[in-house]
Amino acid sequence: MDKPFAITLDVGSSLANHTGSWRDERPQYVHRLPPCNHACPAGENIQQWLYHAESGDYESAWRELVLDNPLPAVMGRVCYHPCETACNRAQLDETVGVHGVERFLGDEAIRRGWALPGPPQGVAPSGKRVLVIGAGPSGLSAAYQLARRGHEVTIREAGPRPGGMMRFGIPRYRLPRDVLDAEIQRILDLGVTLLCQAPVANVMEAMREGGYDAVFLAVGAHIGRRAYIPAGDAAHILDAVGLLRSVEEAQEGSDGEGGEDRPGGVEDGAGGAEDGAGGAEGGPLLGRRVVVYGGGNTAMDAARTARRLGAHDAIVVYRRTRERMPAHDFEVQEALDEGVMMKWLSTIKQAEPGKLVLEKMELDDTGFPQPTGETEELAADSLVLALGQDVDLSLLDGVPGIEIEDGVVQVDERMMTGHPGIFAGGDMVPAERTVTVGVGHGKAAARNIDAYLSGAEFVHPPVPDLVGYEDLNTWYYADAPATVAPQLDLIRRQSTFDEVVLGLDADNALFEARRCLSCGNCFGCDNCYGVCPDNAVLKVDSGDGYAFDLDYCKGCGLCAVECPCGAIEMIPETI
Amino acid sequence: MSPASTIRFYQTGSIAVGNRLLDPDQRSVQADEQRSNAITCGHRACQGCGEALGARYALDAAMRATGGRMIAANATGCLEVFSTPYPESSWRLPWIHSLFANAPAVSTGIAAALRAKGLDRDIRVVGQGGDGGTVDIGMACLSGMFERGDDVLYICYDNEAYMNTGVQRSGATPPAARTTTTPAVGPAPGASFTQGKSAPLIAMAHEIPYVATATVAELRDLEAKVATAMTMRGPRYLHVFVPCPLGWGSDPRETIHVARLAQQSGLFPVFEAHDGEVTGVTPIRRQVPVEDYLRTQARFAHLFKPQPHTETIARIQAQADRNIRRFGLLPDVQGGS
Repeated sequence: MDKPFAITLDVGSSLANHTGSWRDERPQYVHRLPPCNHACPAGENIQQWLYHAESGDYESAWRELVLDNPLPAVMGRVCYHPCETACNRAQLDETVGVHGVERFLGDEAIRRGWALPGPPQGVAPSGKRVLVIGAGPSGLSAAYQLARRGHEVTIREAGPRPGGMMRFGIPRYRLPRDVLDAEIQRILDLGVTLLCQAPVANVMEAMREGGYDAVFLAVGAHIGRRAYIPAGDAAHILDAVGLLRSVEEAQEGSDGEGGEDRPGGVEDGAGGAEDGAGGAEGGPLLGRRVVVYGGGNTAMDAARTARRLGAHDAIVVYRRTRERMPAHDFEVQEALDEGVMMKWLSTIKQAEPGKLVLEKMELDDTGFPQPTGETEELAADSLVLALGQDVDLSLLDGVPGIEIEDGVVQVDERMMTGHPGIFAGGDMVPAERTVTVGVGHGKAAARNIDAYLSGAEFVHPPVPDLVGYEDLNTWYYADAPATVAPQLDLIRRQSTFDEVVLGLDADNALFEARRCLSCGNCFGCDNCYGVCPDNAVLKVDSGDGYAFDLDYCKGCGLCAVECPCGAIEMIPETI
Repeated sequence: MSPASTIRFYQTGSIAVGNRLLDPDQRSVQADEQRSNAITCGHRACQGCGEALGARYALDAAMRATGGRMIAANATGCLEVFSTPYPESSWRLPWIHSLFANAPAVSTGIAAALRAKGLDRDIRVVGQGGDGGTVDIGMACLSGMFERGDDVLYICYDNEAYMNTGVQRSGATPPAARTTTTPAVGPAPGASFTQGKSAPLIAMAHEIPYVATATVAELRDLEAKVATAMTMRGPRYLHVFVPCPLGWGSDPRETIHVARLAQQSGLFPVFEAHDGEVTGVTPIRRQVPVEDYLRTQARFAHLFKPQPHTETIARIQAQADRNIRRFGLLPDVQGGS
């Protein structure tokens, strides 16, 4: 006993006192589903690729992105970004401009020549052959995903060039063709075989002849729907899909590249007015006053294209009101900005040479338009119908098991039709008809085709809980309004097919990426590490970079409440 | 230089503890794996203790500022009791506890001893205590330390009552708060409106070099104030607002949230003062009514049942409004003291 006076115990550190035994709840790091990912029809892991972009690591961001979608430069331009509609940041200030960052990454990849990832290590060629019919977004997406799984893929495309509606439906001012070509080429570089002008007349025959083990149908919906409108002999009526297609074909002809013998001409254009729209670009002749009938995005595209072809007046006639238009509001606004005029609450009763007879409509209590009997005349050199599109299903004639309802092919949750081994997606199955939905269908079908080919069933990994705004601690996010992408000046928008919405530069894209709240997924802010009164959070090299020291954690839950992004959950201890 | 480091916006700005995108020297002390953890694991503070957190925030920042060359003197109180139940200690710096009232005097003595040994340029002194040991029992010693100009940073961790002995009212207990000595009974339940004092304003009246207030909800602000204080000599005073889940009847997980509401409502003004003059305030970023703050705590529950005491709540709101006016806590409100 050589201790000082009145000292009987050896002094020591409180580290001997394991306060973890006080705990009745323990914190746990979790990954939850951010609303953007949840809303993305292509199933992109948006939060994760933004996470990479935030640090300026654009290549990692792009590589994360293309795991789900091989067309980011296209997507950043044409997607209607449901991710942004769902974005939790909208409740804080403004939604994160995901599409702007996506487009920046896509353009950066093209500029730097990044190649798509081939099959991951350990995936050997399967020896299986898959036929993809249609080289639109859905077909291309499926081909890419199948190639990455080691299958031999052939795409048969009926048109002269790949892209489907991305080429023949979406005008160049929204999607420049060099961007589209570059992203398609990257898919073909993985060893996918593309045959153009190779329409399939009969699926069963094509499968037999080519010795294919499975087929993915993605022929799209290319037949413009016609409404019965009494018309005089000389009335000039064409449909919007046909118009957009012939404009594209004419522009490709004048590009002087390519080389296939495309029909350079003008199937619908005969008999137009002497001056005005058409001609210069070799497109259809529309005249000075063009009326577009319909209220969807295709109607906007048709009207804006007519303006660019030289139409003095482009007038959209729609039977309901702007609020009820199916077209996206920004497309309507861009059309209005370019001088497109709108005539709401009107239907077309009759078409005569040089004029149309309209009937005024009224919305009833259910919001459905009812005729009023009141008519008026509208001068018009041509009428473009944008009333929706139908699918050419002739290739499925006589295939047993196929079920068709409302003009589209029915598929199960595996994207498989009623005929085993025949899968379908994109505009030809019941779904919203967008490029992004098509890409998502392609991915989903590829996973299921892959499983089908090996006699297995694809099981979707469990989907974590969705993160709501109330799960976030938004105090920690700095105030930062959205970046607005610059637009092409108006005069050039009205007269040329140059791209209207311009891209973000690197600084803007980085800023926009950093506006992401990282909902439900740790972004390394060190808050948990800092706020623990018991020093019970450790930094580690593995996993999320943090771990809880359960010897000392008292289970107070401060870390969970102060986590900005809702990536910590308290779970009861079992005793 | 990576493109990331040329851009000034970091998602969580400087508000979170750290950020993987910031250069390490721009992150908080608490984000640093090498922080000193001046008060380490195994202490016996309650779940979600604001004082344990505030003490680590402040002392780790002081340890970084002094390169670990400092001594702390502690008043009696929760902080002392939960950190040093004999024979264990949570302190990882030279630390002494003497009595309830004399922590400022002990600090003075250490500073004098260092000066006598010629070590005062090298080793710094921090005194600390709770609101009881500071604004009540230790006030005379503290005032003496101020007026003599002793080279000590004194830190008060204010949880607004004597928590260690069972939640008795202190001079820092706010009006209407229920404590065991101001029970929620009678026509004017809880602590009275006429008593209590502001230790920071008393410190300012001594015209000492530096006085500042802070909360555990604004780490970067707190650390900056400690760092500023450690660049200076003479008496300095830091008053840190630290919620007490046990004494206040608040949820342990909401300790920081409660402190944030106190500041965002204006009830606890966050400012700094040099030589007796207010030189800077931390503005309110997202203003809330005092009711949002009061409702988080059982010590104010009697204000809301059976029906809200609108008159009492309005008086508390008037206090917050006065702080906002007096210190200029809102950008569009003219203020200053």
